[in-house]
Amino acid sequence: MSIKEIENEIIEEFEIFGEDWEGKYEHLIDLGKSLPLIKEESKTEDKLIQGCQSRVWLNSEKKDDKIFFSADSDAIITKGMVALMIRVLSGQPAKEIIDSKLEFINKIGLKEHLSPTRANGLVSMINRMKMDAIKLI
Amino acid sequence: MLVKEVKYSPLNVELIRKDFPILQRLVNNYPLIYFDNGATTQKPLQVIEAITHYYTHTNSNIHRGVHTLSRESTEAFELARKTIAAHFNIKNDQQLIFTSGTTDSINIIANGLSRSILKDGDEIILSAYEHHSNILAWQLWAEQHNGKLKVIPLKEDHSLDYDALKNLVTAKTKVIAITHVSNTLGLVTDLEKVKKVAEKHNCILVVDGAQSAPHMKVDLEKLNVDFFVCSAHKIYGPTGTGILYMNKKWLNDLPITKPGGGTIKTVSFEKTEYAEGALRFEAGTPNIEAVIGFAAAINYINRFGMEAIHKHELDLVNYAQYKLSGIPEVIVYGQNPDKAAVISFNVKNAHPFDVGTLLDKYGIAVRTGHHCTQPLMSILCVPGTVRISFALYNTKQEIDFFIEKLKKVITMLM
Repeated sequence: MSIKEIENEIIEEFEIFGEDWEGKYEHLIDLGKSLPLIKEESKTEDKLIQGCQSRVWLNSEKKDDKIFFSADSDAIITKGMVALMIRVLSGQPAKEIIDSKLEFINKIGLKEHLSPTRANGLVSMINRMKMDAIKLI
Repeated sequence: MLVKEVKYSPLNVELIRKDFPILQRLVNNYPLIYFDNGATTQKPLQVIEAITHYYTHTNSNIHRGVHTLSRESTEAFELARKTIAAHFNIKNDQQLIFTSGTTDSINIIANGLSRSILKDGDEIILSAYEHHSNILAWQLWAEQHNGKLKVIPLKEDHSLDYDALKNLVTAKTKVIAITHVSNTLGLVTDLEKVKKVAEKHNCILVVDGAQSAPHMKVDLEKLNVDFFVCSAHKIYGPTGTGILYMNKKWLNDLPITKPGGGTIKTVSFEKTEYAEGALRFEAGTPNIEAVIGFAAAINYINRFGMEAIHKHELDLVNYAQYKLSGIPEVIVYGQNPDKAAVISFNVKNAHPFDVGTLLDKYGIAVRTGHHCTQPLMSILCVPGTVRISFALYNTKQEIDFFIEKLKKVITMLM
């Protein structure tokens, strides 16, 4: 599936919650819990994206012209957001990753997590995913 | 005395809340519950109107002008100094210097002392629960001068180990820089104990009052320390201003490190003669409207009196701690009873960021993270905490709602 197709799938998945933010966040937390963990030995300093509060570790690899990501966070909501990003971007061609706008975040009503706060490190993570894609091409 | 203390005990919180327009707003469709007062307090209409009045009627630069507006704004500015000095019982208002806030004040002290008293290899004593602002300026000096920072450790109940302090002091200890109230734990430092040690060993005592001045009566004449600093915005005043109180012996002895317009008597390219008193330290055009707003805030809280505010907030802290103790997943830090209006806690197996994010969805503003006290977080072995901090407008009903939603958040996260 293309990035756009996965984004649409996620938007549809979140539509059922409507205004029920509690349901939406419970779903996000479940996504966080199901995120495949990065191996403990891979949580090295160079993989760490330091938010002011929650931390994110991102591992990027290239296989057959596609970029694969795995990641972890110490906060479960951040981890849920990370799980969504990985679902959309992992296994995609580098160029698609670099050009992606990730508009689904806004459409599923979670854009506050991408505000320019230093708290969660998510904006830095997306930048890092794109930078890694550029480096790995 | 400029300050009139009309005591309302207990506080009429319902009426007080009407003075704070922001408390009427909704956040995420819930009525705002503002429990982040340790970071900054909300502002009453009296402060907002004082600033508006200044800009609509008086605005002009101070101290030099001969025209009416300049005279009026100078008078308002200097009246603010008198009002705030009276509040802290500072006998000579020239001992009260306006700065941009607590951090600025500490930097002025540290830089000044580094040009006079502090010599290479000297030692400075801090506490384990200092805010970064009361660490960094001293650390910068220490790094450049082979100096040493020594730290008063915490006891098991997270209060300071004053016996250990006695053993930390050596002939090389020149300064004890300590917070009056821990911004993270809310614990109150026993300044009398610290003062005894400082006096015995002839150490300069610098007190960071950022978290004490909003919550309790601070009498600087009685306290009689070398320096005391705090910020206006945590005491219902505007951001961008604060005070640096110095004991009168320092008024002429603390070297100035921030010269500029306003600080001088005469200037030539060969030599400058500096002003006396507070003006020596107030370089550049000050934050005039903030100083005037700060005085309005001080007048506002003195309608109730610090004792009544302190009692109200203590009631809230005790109530919240009691309610939190009924939730088995919650760990409260700093259980010593001598506390100001701050509580730090964590939910077992949950990141404070998650707890804070979900509470915000219910319109509850708390602070999460390290609270600019990373060394303390290392001692507590946590990445951060959730901090709730109260002000005179908070209520037990708000705490009830918070507790109800905190329980819901815990079930969501588990």
